Amino acid sequence: MAQTQGAYYVPHGSHWPIVGSLGLISTLSGAALWMDEYPGAGRPLMALGVALLLVMMFGWFGAVIRESVRGLYNKQVDVSFRMGMMWFIFSEVMFFAAFFGALFYARALSVPWLGGEGHGAMTNHFLWPEFSAAWPTNGPGSVGGTFSTMSAWGIPLLNTMLLLTSGVTITIAHHALRAGHRTRLLVFLAATVLLGAVFLGFQAYEYHHAYEQLNLTLGSGIYGSTFFMLTGFHGMHVTLGAIMIAVIWFRCAKGHFTRDDHFGFEAVAWYWHFVDVVWLGLFLFVYVL
Amino acid sequence: MAAVNPALDHDVHDHGDHKPEGFLDRWLFTTNHKDIGTLYLVFSLIMFLIGGSFAMVIRAELFQPGLQLVQPEFFNQMTTMHALVMIFGAVMPAFVGLGNWMIPLMIGAPDMALPRMNNWSFWILPFAFLMLLSTMFMPGGGPQGGWTMYPPLALEGGLNVAFMIFSIHMMGISSIMGAINIIATILNMRAPGMDLLRMPVFVWSWLITAFLLIAVMPVLAGAVTMLLTDKYFGTSFFNAAGGGDPVMYQHIFWFFGHPEVYIMILPAFGIVSEIIPTFSRKPLFGYQAMIYAIASIAFLSFIVWAHHMFSVGMPLGGELFFMYATMLIAIPTGVKVFNWVSTMWEGSITFEVPMLFAVAFVILFTIGGFSGVMCAIVPADFQYQDTYFVVAHFHYVLVTGAVFAIMASVYYWLPKWSGHMHSEKWGKIHFWSSVISVNVLFFPQHFLGLAGMPRRIPDYNVAFADFNMISSIGGFWFGASQLIFVGVVIHAVYYSRQKATMQVWEGARGLEWTVPSPAPHHTFTVPPLIDASKLAHGDVTH
Repeated sequence: MAQTQGAYYVPHGSHWPIVGSLGLISTLSGAALWMDEYPGAGRPLMALGVALLLVMMFGWFGAVIRESVRGLYNKQVDVSFRMGMMWFIFSEVMFFAAFFGALFYARALSVPWLGGEGHGAMTNHFLWPEFSAAWPTNGPGSVGGTFSTMSAWGIPLLNTMLLLTSGVTITIAHHALRAGHRTRLLVFLAATVLLGAVFLGFQAYEYHHAYEQLNLTLGSGIYGSTFFMLTGFHGMHVTLGAIMIAVIWFRCAKGHFTRDDHFGFEAVAWYWHFVDVVWLGLFLFVYVL
Repeated sequence: MAAVNPALDHDVHDHGDHKPEGFLDRWLFTTNHKDIGTLYLVFSLIMFLIGGSFAMVIRAELFQPGLQLVQPEFFNQMTTMHALVMIFGAVMPAFVGLGNWMIPLMIGAPDMALPRMNNWSFWILPFAFLMLLSTMFMPGGGPQGGWTMYPPLALEGGLNVAFMIFSIHMMGISSIMGAINIIATILNMRAPGMDLLRMPVFVWSWLITAFLLIAVMPVLAGAVTMLLTDKYFGTSFFNAAGGGDPVMYQHIFWFFGHPEVYIMILPAFGIVSEIIPTFSRKPLFGYQAMIYAIASIAFLSFIVWAHHMFSVGMPLGGELFFMYATMLIAIPTGVKVFNWVSTMWEGSITFEVPMLFAVAFVILFTIGGFSGVMCAIVPADFQYQDTYFVVAHFHYVLVTGAVFAIMASVYYWLPKWSGHMHSEKWGKIHFWSSVISVNVLFFPQHFLGLAGMPRRIPDYNVAFADFNMISSIGGFWFGASQLIFVGVVIHAVYYSRQKATMQVWEGARGLEWTVPSPAPHHTFTVPPLIDASKLAHGDVTH
């Protein structure tokens, strides 16, 4: 809260942000060209952009790590980083909220309305009189063709267990870090990455199964849309989180963190717990209910 | 706007004044909150002129009934791009620029909390708008479906859809990072003694605005991502045949969109709450009430979104809830208007240019607020919906509200930024020219709307001809008036001989007036001592 005397570290000029901006515009305009009708121009542009973004991340994070290791950051800088991470996670929560909102809206309102309930009675009567509301559904137009869904109590339950366990292992690693048990720290952090990787493996298998055997695809009406967008964005976040933990593993191995000063570790742990909580929401609302 | 020319900057060279030497080092790689604030403000001015030129095309086409100048497709591009550029390119970056410049100065911080990220927040924006504006040169032209991007219409475009969506993602990333920085700065970087309830109202307004930004920009990102996948990857979010609903898009969009409206006005409230006390030579009336009012407005902004869609179809209970919740907003807004008036009451008021704009803000924003209450009434809104009445309403709150507050703040703080006084005479000419023309421009649009003229059309019934011509004349006049503003700013920064004092305005209170003008490159590297009696609102414990 109160500011310590003149010690707040204000970095001087940095060229990483502009590299990041060039990376962003190349990635996104490349992706846009690719998606539309110009894959030939889009793909190389996007590859260039992703490369620039990777360079930016290595350079930028590297600079921050070097400054941190040199001890330039005092407690107040640490608080700024904490707030930054907290509010970033909050923004991620709101991003998922949009997709959960779409799921709830479809299940509670738009699908029942299409089935003739309440406000949407006329749509049903004039356009799709034979449609009756149900969930899962791919809508009155049967978009994407008949599909079946997977049971919540197979792989999804297993994945829930994996992620919850990984939440425990990262906490054990954190305690080990605070207690100065280096080996236990590295083992449990590695276990966390491994659990995340296994989770992703199962999810990839599940997607393959859905596409090949169940005819459940991204194009399977509103069910397929919400299912794949929610689990897909979650899976991307697990991937990102696992990479971040892997980086932290190397930083732990290099001895970057002390018992009292290891914000990088904590930030990643927060992120991992966030990903965990989102999964619980997914498990409940996408798979079980 | 205050591109401080180092050559003119001869007399103030204290220890904090080490600017980087090269142009790239100074502007492209900068981590300095003042330089980044300047970049935001200059960018915003450029976007204001580009968005304004789109508005000129619109008003020129509407000068007379019939199609004279542009094709309907191009006209639709103009309405869409005008809105996107003005909202995301002009108004929002202007406020972020003001926040960047002033928040550290007002709370006694050495810089923003995360200076490198601050640079990135800005430097994403020119690239985002490069992407957005480039669509106008693509096959099929730019987006034509309106800034709200309602499906299925908005998905009818070609390549421009993907470019527009990705540019919005970039603007969102920029806004979220900027907002995180502002929150971290306000909560973590205040000088000792600058308690939360001693902060200037402008800082409070930004704290709350930043929260709104972080809460809703990701929702917009989600909404446009669903648009993207509906168009390119076969999802059915907004396709009724697949069990989705185009109206669902509108709900998600306006869950972002309504808080967004307040993102564009709450910092304006903060600015006006700084300027009115200064020129009334009185502390702000009801400091805490002002803060609670901003917080209440922010809270309410999350539960009123469907008043943008009364006529698309909604259960009656929904219509009623959103109507009453919307009307509730009039209460905290009324608190603010009465407090501004009470601040002026029995004050020793002088009307320098910033005060003129602030007083015009109070009056004209209130007109926009009243027409908002009219639109909140469901049965009446069935009549107003999609007419020029709505256009008049939101231009009163955004032009005479947000933009006037930005103009006021530039006149108010430019001496602090540049070290020179602007021309009072030309500032007043700019003010009077703007305030008259803006009413000639937008007031007749109320009548057009009530008479039934739909918005977003290039041609109209001859019955609407007279008011449209008046409105267009007002539009050209208002547009030309802003060139005076550009002139005043350039003159003040590069040519004005009149040095600004540290205090600048006789009645000014607050930490930003305790540093030299122009503010040195680095300020408050050692935290200042806070003297409660010198704060704009006085000692609030009384």
